[in-house]
Amino acid sequence: MNLIHIWVFLVGLVVILYVMLDGFNLGVGMLFPGAANRAEQDVMMAAIAPVWDANQTWIVFGGGALFASFPMIYTVLFSALYIPLFTFLFGLIFRGVAFEFRANSHQKHIWNRAFFGGSLVAAFAQGVTLGGYIEGIRVRAGIFAGGPWDWLTPFSIMTGVALTAGYMLLGAGYLIIKTTGPVQERAYRQAFWAGGAVALFLCIVAVWTPYHNPEFVANWLSRPRIYGVWVFPVLSAASFVLLFHHLKKRSEIQPFVWSLMIFLSAYLALQSAIYPCAILPDISVAEAASQPETLIFTLWGVALILPVVLGYVWYSYRVFRGKVAYGDGYEQ
Amino acid sequence: MDVLSLSRIQFGLTTAFHILFPTLTIGLSLYLVILEGLWLRTGNEIYYRMYRFWIKIFAIHFAVGVVSGITLEFEFGTNFARFSQAVSNVFAPLLAYEGMTAFFLEAGFLGIMLFGWKRVSPAVHFLSTCLVAVGASLSAFWIMAANAWMQTPAGYELIHGKFHVTRFWDVIFNPAFPTHLTHMLLASYETAVFAVAGISAWFLLKRQHEAFFRKSLSIALVMAALIAPLQVVAGDFKGQNVARYQPAKLAAMEAHWDTNTQGGAPFVAFAFPDMKAEKNLCEITIPDMLSLIITHSLHGEVRGLKTFPPEDRPNAAITFWTFRIMAGIGFLLAGVMLWAGYLAFRKRLFDTPLFLKTLVMIQPLGFVATVVGWITVEVGRQPWVVYGLIRTKDSVSPIAAGNVVWSLGMFLILFAVVGGSYFYFTLKVLRNGPDAEAPATPSEVSIPASGKITATNAAGREVTS
Repeated sequence: MNLIHIWVFLVGLVVILYVMLDGFNLGVGMLFPGAANRAEQDVMMAAIAPVWDANQTWIVFGGGALFASFPMIYTVLFSALYIPLFTFLFGLIFRGVAFEFRANSHQKHIWNRAFFGGSLVAAFAQGVTLGGYIEGIRVRAGIFAGGPWDWLTPFSIMTGVALTAGYMLLGAGYLIIKTTGPVQERAYRQAFWAGGAVALFLCIVAVWTPYHNPEFVANWLSRPRIYGVWVFPVLSAASFVLLFHHLKKRSEIQPFVWSLMIFLSAYLALQSAIYPCAILPDISVAEAASQPETLIFTLWGVALILPVVLGYVWYSYRVFRGKVAYGDGYEQ
Repeated sequence: MDVLSLSRIQFGLTTAFHILFPTLTIGLSLYLVILEGLWLRTGNEIYYRMYRFWIKIFAIHFAVGVVSGITLEFEFGTNFARFSQAVSNVFAPLLAYEGMTAFFLEAGFLGIMLFGWKRVSPAVHFLSTCLVAVGASLSAFWIMAANAWMQTPAGYELIHGKFHVTRFWDVIFNPAFPTHLTHMLLASYETAVFAVAGISAWFLLKRQHEAFFRKSLSIALVMAALIAPLQVVAGDFKGQNVARYQPAKLAAMEAHWDTNTQGGAPFVAFAFPDMKAEKNLCEITIPDMLSLIITHSLHGEVRGLKTFPPEDRPNAAITFWTFRIMAGIGFLLAGVMLWAGYLAFRKRLFDTPLFLKTLVMIQPLGFVATVVGWITVEVGRQPWVVYGLIRTKDSVSPIAAGNVVWSLGMFLILFAVVGGSYFYFTLKVLRNGPDAEAPATPSEVSIPASGKITATNAAGREVTS
C-alpha cells in the first residue's frame, strides 16, 4: 500500500459515508409530503434534526480532502460539472435553512416545501453529477476542456432519478427505526416501493454502464479483480432479498441495514471498475494526486482526528437513540 | 462580462453574505459558554433563561452560516480551477483540516446543544456548548491561515508554476497570520457582544423584561470593555504588518502616492483618490501622522503607491474608503466603551436613555466593519490572488460565462429569499422576547454532595455521568 492508495481508500470512504448519512436525511426530506398532518411532519423532522448538520459535514470535509489529495479531480470535476454541482448546493441551502425557519414560522407550509424541494433537487443533482463523472470528462493539460452541457445526457438523468429512489429507500429505512404508528407504517410501504425502484434502476445501470464504458467490463474481468468482483452483485441481490423479507416481517433495524448494504455493494462494484482511473477515461490516480508531503501532512490529521470525530458522531447518535416522540424538538 | 469578473463578483457576494453569520456565531458561542457556566455555577435560573433566549438567535444564524459556507469551498474548484491547481499542495490541506477539526466539532455537538437538554447531564451539555465555541474559533484559525497565506505566502517553493510545500509550519504561521487571526476573532467577539448589547438596550428602553436584559447587557458590556480597546491595538499591529509585507496595499488604503523623502508622511483624513491621475481630489491631510501611525516615528519612511508599476496597484479609491469606515467603527465602538465605563463608575448605566439608544443604533456596525474590512483585505491584495506570485486574471476556471451568469443570478435570488427570511425570523424571535416559564429547567437535575450529576432522561430512566 502506498500513500496514494491510502488516499484513494480515504476519499472513497468519505464519499460513501456522506452518501449513506446525508442520503437518509435527503430521503426523509423527499418523503416529507407523505406526512398526513402537522404532528407527523414534526416527527419526521425531529427524527433527523439533531444529526443532519453533522451528516452534511461529510461533504464539506470530502471537498477539502479531495482538494488536498487529488486536486486534479477537484478542479476538473468541479469545472466540468458546474451546473449540477451548484444545483446540488442550492438544494442544500433550502434543505438546511428549512429546519430553523420552519421551527420559527407560522407559515409552515412554505418551509415544508423548501425542505422537500431542497432535498429532491440536491439528491437528483447529486445523481446527475455521478452520471456525468461516469461518462467521462474532456481534459487537456490537466484542465477541463469540455463544454458547459457535456454532463447532460439520458444516462446522467437516469442516474439522477436512480439516486433519488435510493435516498428515498434510505430515508424510509431510517424512519422505520426512529418512528412509530402511522409514520412508521407509511415508511414500510415507501421502503417497499423505493426498494423496487432501486432494484429496477440497478438492473438498468448494470446493463447501461458497461455499454457506455466498455473498459469497465475489461477491468472487472481482469485478474485479480475477477476473483473478487462477483461478490458485489451477489451481495446486492442477497441484500434485496433480505430487505423485502424484513419489510414484510416488519423488522425495525434490518431494512435500513440492508438498504445500506445495497448502496455499499453498488458503490464498491463501481469503484472496482473505475480504479485506477481518477477522471474517466484516462487520468490515473497517480497523475491526479498531490505532492507526497501534502498527502502525508493531511494523513496525519485524518489518522489522529478522524477517529475522534467518528467517536463523538457515534456518541451523538447514541444520545438521540430510540424512537422520536410526538412533540420532540426544540422545546425539549 | 467575462468569466473572471463574474466569478469575482460571485465569490465576493457569497463570501460577504456568508461572513455575516459566522462573525456573529463565533462570538455568540462564547457568550453562551459564559451564560451556561454562570447558570451551572450559581444555579440562578435567569442565566438558563438567557441561554435559551440567545441560543434561538444563535441557531438561526448558525444554519444560514452553514449552508452559505459550503458553497465557498466548492467555488475554488468550480470558478477558480487554475488558482486551485497551482496552490492545492499548500492551500487545500488547510481546508481539509478546517473540516476535520472545526466543522465536525460544531455540527456534532450543536445537536446536543439544541435538542439534548433532557438527554444528557448538565455537565455534558455545558461541554457541548464549549466544544461548539471551540469549533467555531478553530474554523476561523484555519480559514484565516489560508487567507493569510494568500496575502503573505511562505513555506513553499514554486516549480513550473505550481506551489510545493517546504514546511507546513511556515505555511500556517505565515507573516500575516497572527495579526490576521487575532483581528478577525476580536471582530467576531466584538460584533456579537455589541449585537447582544444593542438588542438588550432596545428591550430596556421599552421597559420589557428589565431584569433579564440588564443581566444580558451587563455581561455583554464587560466583554465589550475588554474586546473593543484590544481590537484597536490589534488593528494597529495589523496595519504595521501590512506596511511591512504588503506595502502596495498599505499605500492604497492610505491613498499615499509619493514616498516621503524629506520629513514625515501625511495622513490623508479625507480624499477621493483618482487612480488615473495618480493623486487625491479634495484632500484633507494631517502632517507626519501616517509616519507616526505606521513607523511610530514622526519622519519614518512610508512607501508611496507611485513606486509600484501601474499594473501592480490595488484600487485606492475603494480601499481608502472601506478601510476608513472599518477603522472609524473600531474607534467609535471603543469610544462608546469609554462612555460606558464612565456611566458604570457613576452607576447610571441602565438609566441613561441616550446611552441605551446609542447602543441600539450602533448595533449593526460590527457587521458593517467586518464586511468593509474584508473588502479592504481582498481588494488591497489585487491584482494578485497569491500576493506577488499569481495574478487574479490567471486564476479562473475554463468555463463558459453563461454558467456563472446563471449561478450568480441564482445566488442573488436565493440570498434575497434566505436573507429576507432570516431577518424576518430573527426579528420575530426578538419580538417574542424571552420566555420566563417555558421550557422548564431540567429541574429533575440534582447535584448531590458527591459531585455526581444525576438526571432523568426522556424515557424516565436515570442517567449518571
